[in-house]
Amino acid sequence: MQDFEIIKPLLGGMVIGLSAALLMLARGRIAGISGIIEGVLRPKSGEIAWRVLFLCGIICGGLIFSFIMPERFVVEINRTTWMVALAGLLVGIGTHIGCGCTSGHGICGISRFSVRSLVAVPTFMLTGATVVWVVNLYIA
Amino acid sequence: MRTFIYTFISGFLFALGLAIAGMTMPSKVIAFLDIFGQWDISLIFVMAGAISVYSLIFHFVKPKLKTPLCDSEFKLPTRTKIDLPLVIGAALFGAGWGLGGFCPGPAITSLSLMNPAVLVFVVTMLVGMYIGMYLQPMIPKTLYRND
Repeated sequence: MQDFEIIKPLLGGMVIGLSAALLMLARGRIAGISGIIEGVLRPKSGEIAWRVLFLCGIICGGLIFSFIMPERFVVEINRTTWMVALAGLLVGIGTHIGCGCTSGHGICGISRFSVRSLVAVPTFMLTGATVVWVVNLYIA
Repeated sequence: MRTFIYTFISGFLFALGLAIAGMTMPSKVIAFLDIFGQWDISLIFVMAGAISVYSLIFHFVKPKLKTPLCDSEFKLPTRTKIDLPLVIGAALFGAGWGLGGFCPGPAITSLSLMNPAVLVFVVTMLVGMYIGMYLQPMIPKTLYRND
């Protein structure tokens, strides 16, 4: 059982919102991580540099903050390597077909009142919850 | 040059936000998705915080700008209709999110840890995106409602 938190998630969320807003105001783009990665995998001219820099910012930030707050970077989970590999495939295929992930649909899309995101978010929450429930039954 | 600094800082802040929020801990994410079990609702406040800040800036600051600070135009998603690919894609993504406890942003944020699970997830996610690009043209056009 994890400890219930309010302040840190709220504060962290506000920083994420600020980050996404900065990308919108500076470059006019949606901060959807899966979409930004895909633009690097299937490059179009003029569409590469900003994406790579954004991803570098995330990776550098992760590197620095994993030293400043290592307690927020505990990535161990009760999942086998095969489960994680299947999870990666599903996330990759799903974000491509469904045009977005937690950031693009969950934060930017909901904020823009996008109908598609308002459908996508409950859908991925529901299947996520179902899979967690099934896996917990299987593990326990 | 300015545009590069802005996008880098945006990514940097994104990582900071995810870390403070606890999204970088898959066990926390899984507890948040354990709606039918021992639900830990902490991470709902990440969405609340992010949406409150982003929607305020999107609806009240952005309209004051004709163009972005460092680009010629705002590029927003243009599709508005619900269709089957959207629902199926979101469903598959959610299944993977619950199975591994990672979504794309936190996985990239944790990349520098060089943790085997994170590396496996990121590599298979990239492979999955390529598979998605390969599969998408096979989806019947009639299922799309946005052209």
